[in-house]
Amino acid sequence: MTNAIACVDKAEAFLVIGSNTTENHPIIGDRVKRAVTRRGAKLVVIDPRRIPLAEYANVFLQIRPGDNIAVLNGIMHVILQEGLHDAAYIEERCEGFDAFAASLEKFTPEWVEQNTGVSADALREAARLYATADPASILYAMGVTQHTQGTDAVKALANLAMLTGNVGKEGGGLNPLRGQNNVQGACDMGGLPNVVTGYQKVADDEAMAKFDEAWGRKVRREVGLTVTEMGNRAADGSLKALYIMGENPMITDPDLHHIEKALDNLEFLVVQDIFLTETGQKADVVLPACSFAEKDGTFTNTERRVQRVRRAVAPTPGCRPDWAILADLMGRMGYKAEYAGPEEIFEEIRSLTPSYAGITYDRIENEGIPWPCPDTDHPGTPILHVGGFARGKGLFHPVDYNGPDELPDDDYPFFLTTGREHPHYHSGTMTRRCGRINDCFPEGFMEMNPVDAERLGLATGDPVKVSSRRGEITTKVQVIDRTAPGTVFMSFHYSESPVNQLTNSAACPTCKIPEYKVCAVRVEKL
Amino acid sequence: MVNLTIDAVQVSVPEGSTILEAAQAAGIRIPTLCWLKKLSPIGSCRMCVVHVDGVSRPVTACDTVAGDGLVVTTDSDELREMRRDVLRLLLVRHPLDCPVCDKGGECDLQDLVTEFGVTAKEYGTEPFERQLPRYVSPFIQQWPDRCVLCGRCVQACTEIKGIGCIQIVDNGLHSYIGPKPGAECVSCGECLSVCPVGALTDGVRETKARIWQSERVETTCGYCGVGCQLELNVLDGRILRVTTTDFDKAPNHGTLCVKGRFGWEFVDHPDRLTKPLVRKDGDLVESTWDEALGLVASRLQQIKDEHGPDALGGFTSARCTNEENYLFQKFLRAVIGTNNVDHCARL
Repeated sequence: MTNAIACVDKAEAFLVIGSNTTENHPIIGDRVKRAVTRRGAKLVVIDPRRIPLAEYANVFLQIRPGDNIAVLNGIMHVILQEGLHDAAYIEERCEGFDAFAASLEKFTPEWVEQNTGVSADALREAARLYATADPASILYAMGVTQHTQGTDAVKALANLAMLTGNVGKEGGGLNPLRGQNNVQGACDMGGLPNVVTGYQKVADDEAMAKFDEAWGRKVRREVGLTVTEMGNRAADGSLKALYIMGENPMITDPDLHHIEKALDNLEFLVVQDIFLTETGQKADVVLPACSFAEKDGTFTNTERRVQRVRRAVAPTPGCRPDWAILADLMGRMGYKAEYAGPEEIFEEIRSLTPSYAGITYDRIENEGIPWPCPDTDHPGTPILHVGGFARGKGLFHPVDYNGPDELPDDDYPFFLTTGREHPHYHSGTMTRRCGRINDCFPEGFMEMNPVDAERLGLATGDPVKVSSRRGEITTKVQVIDRTAPGTVFMSFHYSESPVNQLTNSAACPTCKIPEYKVCAVRVEKL
Repeated sequence: MVNLTIDAVQVSVPEGSTILEAAQAAGIRIPTLCWLKKLSPIGSCRMCVVHVDGVSRPVTACDTVAGDGLVVTTDSDELREMRRDVLRLLLVRHPLDCPVCDKGGECDLQDLVTEFGVTAKEYGTEPFERQLPRYVSPFIQQWPDRCVLCGRCVQACTEIKGIGCIQIVDNGLHSYIGPKPGAECVSCGECLSVCPVGALTDGVRETKARIWQSERVETTCGYCGVGCQLELNVLDGRILRVTTTDFDKAPNHGTLCVKGRFGWEFVDHPDRLTKPLVRKDGDLVESTWDEALGLVASRLQQIKDEHGPDALGGFTSARCTNEENYLFQKFLRAVIGTNNVDHCARL
């Protein structure tokens, strides 16, 4: 997030796109609802599903999965046409405006209506609500990014925030809501193939020289492989060994038959986890790790706030904290990695990472600090790009609309889109082992619009076979007016109905994110 | 700013402040029961009554705006007797079941009754039928008799969560907190976290502990990216419940969702792995740390020697700590010698 979560309390309007906020980030969802109901802040919701937040919206644009960019460009077309943009801000702080403005010409509200079905009037109203409020905040999540044009959609949102002068402003901003407790931290720590800690590029010789020296080994300057690419290399046999810590790709990867084949093809697979997951069952060695309640350390949340994790109970007998397992293994492979505990590792991190340099365990004892925090006197940075962009001028990127990789046809006539349900979490490894949560939500359903259900003769609870070009699964139908006719929704928590056997592994060429949010399926009554 | 006098102390507060806020700013305590800082004033219990010079009857400090020049008295024999009467009336219905109540020792009513010297059920009534405790959600138990009808839970459900699925139903002795049609409970537990008594309790674990018996460890929730701060309440190495007591702390200000408040049973689930497993003759069998890590080290080294470092890769984890993610990529980059490290940020 460019802005702090607390900034929600200052926004005069919200544009929420591809985020089922109240179910997946309930605490932020609560704040948005409070802003709308108690302060009268305006709300635009853009989603293929009538999510709970849509009930609070001034304008709800129920789009087809995959049409984000068309709709966003349409909104920006209206803003420009009606002169609602912040010309002074653009002039002073941005560049590339003219080419960008020209790229929006074809996206008239009528064009958008004709090509996506979103009403031109509703689009105009959404544009006016967002653009005339000051400040206005954009909240988004995987509904924007998990597309073959995921990166482009994020650029479109950045264009929208800059066009209205909302970046670097309290209550405004461009705010991705991250889905996992420490996905921000995993990125910050260099859990990515192209960067080490603090996004220092492996290709940057000067930055890497510091790591070469600190680590006593020369860091390779070539970018490594992404998750998706490692899967492909495992399948073709050129990747021989994989070490998976705390992930369950056998449930969460797209096109599960592909990842299963890839893992089976490996010479050696190590899985480190707290349960024997579907992925662990494929491993050659499984290492039992500690849960969050059994170890010390830090997580970095979606607003970049580095917060303490504290050991509350002793490790389950036989288990070790992940850091201790890794340090032991490094030692066995001839590399000295002796740490008294996580704080000593954190000290090493901050000595190598400018954005974390000022954060210490002592300083975050009571409350976390958002990075960048360059020195120990620095209070942290709740809002990014204040007074100027990190790169200098904010760059407008013209973005075109291509549509999703796979569209419904005669054989597979429905759009399928996927996501989470409120009480469950990700691959269900944890929440499906919380007795009371699982008692309430023991099985998954496929949401289907009443119009489609009537046509297919389906009622809530009826078992169905759902198939795509990649696989088929069985589940039960929930007839509910949440998706539009022609679109069905499933969550991916349930290993007995693994929806990712159906999803499309076609990925965004820039960031390699798979298109989980759109594929074509057929639904048959059983 | 508004200037007023409270118990002979000159107080200056921003316009719009209540008498209670003015007193708190001056360090003067006025007893409260229904008032909670994170909620707008409810004004239902009348514990916070004070005298204002020139006003014939005592007023409630929590919802009376501090006016310029007011002269307020917060303590007198009459006020103490009024507060005592509030407590006596609450005890007509509230059972004296403190020994079996989860809230014993951290109950606002218990504290006030003790402070004001109310030692018995002093007011009687016609016998009435007692209501049995019931689960109102799979996670939350309701004990209707213990309810003091302060309205905090109703206010919190509406104001904090924006849901409003509960309301005060019926009237008089038979009033209770019941469902409000049209809104669905999501079991977030906000209601039980603000309940001043034991009318709403955490139903996840049978085992309970008094507040001074268990340890409260503050930590960060392990589910979504919001990073809520919460307290794991632990006794004998087991989590008993999750609480939040600091309503001023970012990012969640004491609020949680169903997963954060009730989703911790997996920690001591019998399915937890307790020994390393090694595949032998096609099956995963229990092993020792020494054997398992020895095997990992030798196999990774062997594959690196035979096929080069880029034949190896690792998925690090958005579940694990920063320290663990740092070490994981250091392991791949410095020890194995590859940049093939990524995680599920995209998934």
